[in-house]
Amino acid sequence: MSTASAAHLATAEHHYEDLPFWRKYIFSTDHKVIGIQYAVTGLLFLFFGFCLMMLIRWQLAYPGQPLPLIGNLFNESAMVGGIMLPEFYNQLGAMHGTIMVFMGVVPLAVGGFGNFVLPLQVGAADMAFPKLNMVSYWLYFVGGVIMFASFFAPAGAAQSGWTSYPPLANIASVGQTLWLLGMAFLINSSLLGSINFIVTTAQLRAKGLSFYKLPFFVWAQFITAFLLLLAFPPLMAAAVLQLMDRLAATSFFMPSGLVVNGVVSQLSGGGNPILWQHLFWFLAHPEVYVLILPAMGIVAEVIACNTRKPLYGYKAMVDSVIAIAFLSFVVWAHHMYLTGMGTKMSSFFQITTMIISIPSVIILTSLALSLWGGSIRFNTPMLFAVAFLPMFGIGGLTGLPLGLASADIHLHDTYYVIGHFHYVVAPGTIFALFAGVYHWFPKATGRRMSEALGKIHFWLSFIFINGVFMPMFIQGLAGVSRRLYDPTQYAHALPTQPLNVVMSWSAWLLGLSQIFFIINFFKSIFWGQKVDQNPWGATTLEWTAPSPPPHGNFTKPPVVSRGPYEYSVPGRKLDYVLQSEPAEAPVAGAGKVK
Amino acid sequence: MDSKYYGWGLPIDISTNGASIDQLIYVIHGLMALLFLGWITFLILALVRFRERSGHKAEYKPHHHFRVPTLVEVAVAVTEVVLLCAFSIPTFSQVRNEFPPKASALHVRVVAEQFAWNIHYAGKDGIFGKTDVKLISPTSPVGLDPADTAGADDIITINQLHIPVDTPVIADLSSKDVIHCFALPVMRVKQDVIPGQVIPIWFQAKETGNFEIACAQLCGLGHYRMRGFFTVDSKDKFGAWLEGELMKKTGGKVG
Repeated sequence: MSTASAAHLATAEHHYEDLPFWRKYIFSTDHKVIGIQYAVTGLLFLFFGFCLMMLIRWQLAYPGQPLPLIGNLFNESAMVGGIMLPEFYNQLGAMHGTIMVFMGVVPLAVGGFGNFVLPLQVGAADMAFPKLNMVSYWLYFVGGVIMFASFFAPAGAAQSGWTSYPPLANIASVGQTLWLLGMAFLINSSLLGSINFIVTTAQLRAKGLSFYKLPFFVWAQFITAFLLLLAFPPLMAAAVLQLMDRLAATSFFMPSGLVVNGVVSQLSGGGNPILWQHLFWFLAHPEVYVLILPAMGIVAEVIACNTRKPLYGYKAMVDSVIAIAFLSFVVWAHHMYLTGMGTKMSSFFQITTMIISIPSVIILTSLALSLWGGSIRFNTPMLFAVAFLPMFGIGGLTGLPLGLASADIHLHDTYYVIGHFHYVVAPGTIFALFAGVYHWFPKATGRRMSEALGKIHFWLSFIFINGVFMPMFIQGLAGVSRRLYDPTQYAHALPTQPLNVVMSWSAWLLGLSQIFFIINFFKSIFWGQKVDQNPWGATTLEWTAPSPPPHGNFTKPPVVSRGPYEYSVPGRKLDYVLQSEPAEAPVAGAGKVK
Repeated sequence: MDSKYYGWGLPIDISTNGASIDQLIYVIHGLMALLFLGWITFLILALVRFRERSGHKAEYKPHHHFRVPTLVEVAVAVTEVVLLCAFSIPTFSQVRNEFPPKASALHVRVVAEQFAWNIHYAGKDGIFGKTDVKLISPTSPVGLDPADTAGADDIITINQLHIPVDTPVIADLSSKDVIHCFALPVMRVKQDVIPGQVIPIWFQAKETGNFEIACAQLCGLGHYRMRGFFTVDSKDKFGAWLEGELMKKTGGKVG
């Protein structure tokens, strides 16, 4: 960074101090405030989405029985005498998926951690476009409000699954229109955010911080931003088309000759419902990697820091992330093997799906090998990061039978699929996000979260989350379909029905376990143990800024001369060397990471 | 519906195609278990051996390379190629492409709607009567044209799929309204039913019994109860059933 921009920085700092409260903390342009806004909103939506799922679990464990205690609080369009209606069940299912993916995990992983950590790790004073950043958050906020409000629309929220397949979604109640509008806001929010991430990483890196010296987290966010930028526009187009189908009686996704509920459709027809699936999954498969890559980034940071050794295979990991990004655009139709596609198409997508598993395995293996030869500190962030490895491993492995079209014939649309992607996203990504919260909390607040409460939170979550998702594989192999309001209708679902009781109780106990996190989070903001700027003894640039960092982040622009993970360098008193430490006398091997 | 067909594992398989699907499911789960066990053993070993303790220090080896993981990685890639070429692609191709000759097969139409399966049999003449969406009514679920004589002996059942054992069946799947998914768990048959398209599938049962049709794709409020009955009869019994259904239809008209 030049001295001119340093001067600019100082004036910005000066102006910032004069800003009124609402400009500083509500309509803020500071990446750290926006990051915290994103993170807190994302955590709230995660909890809300989780509550929807806990309601679903009552109906699945005890179908047709009145919900105790809170059942009577719902109005007649949701529950009658505390007994859930199928309309409401379908709303809960569709909105659980939508909220968790688009309003919980992505905003927390990308909007929260990306915004807060990325500029600090590249040594920038702020994002490249601070105002765009603010707009991005507020578009997300409005999108979230629309989605939330849609529960109060006539006939309730969207109820055609988070995938919103037409024609079902086209003929659904007004909640679906609100879903599409909400998605439009969320999509544009992500697009603005992604441009900011790309430009910030490309242009605002500190002096000396070359691409292969970037922390793995920055790489993960940088590549994720490209995925968002390139994958979301097709969904935006699809959402507009579905909106037109619903509001302007067009037939993009409606074929001719439909007879809905005994009434012959008067639409012109000629559309194709499969078109939606292609557009949707063209986004939604890269979206899977949008959910995973930032999580891998967090885990890499936490593992490197808490093993006290350089990350194993850093360069192979970076190359793998880039490979995943390219490949993630050519695997989408593996969600559609059973739509009637021919064998040539299905063979192509099976092959690409098998190929994309290889870079994923490289990253996971490198993270596991990073433990070898370390001196492993088992603090709370590390526990979550280590647990991510086998949990994500199960999620990845169970993707293989689904990626092979002929095994998918039996497993498609069963609970096996639900188990698979939840292992990727819940004990996978969400555990990584918890690791990130515990790891960067001291940077954001200047205080540490309680280790005792953190460890209770980890162990209870780890046990119960497996209780929720492991039985799903058994149900899936037995052929139990997903999205069934009452699974006891089917003879083939009856033998595994007792597992639903196990899963539901695990889910409710998992919900209760989060109380330890909530208490810890709020207690530590005010009364947590005060820490200095680098409590973990970490190497990357964010730990050279004060905790919490002021507006403009660094007291003086950092200059980088070393790789991101110089831990336990021989001949040093401390077991870490900051990236910004000047390279005086050449230290054997240091400063170069290949 | 008999509980002996279903349990905690895969449902009973009574189809000619199912064995190769099941085989792949078993083989790949064996490999997954092997990989996972090896991997978790390594993980636990690493966590215990390299835990922080007094006198223990981390090693600084930024350029160290482990050979075994690379070999495992290559082995995984080779295994995936084998799974694709020897199992998945041939099986999928057999299910999708290698239809039995029409002459030897029973040909039925399956017309899905919210929330029922209409099964249309061509009857003795083997020709489906013409249908028209405009003729669909509560008494005529597929809109059979009464003017077409080919349809006179056609039989339409609701949620009742009867097939003869040891006979290939070709089913043309279509939907009147939204996307459904036609699933016969015991036959390892599952196929999306897309409105605006007719998707042919084929299958052949090896054993008789009473099973179920499931809808595997969310199709609305009644998705959970879009269950049909799937009966595999001996050839004689199937013929008698078809005869009986025809009698019901024509008998109703005459008498």
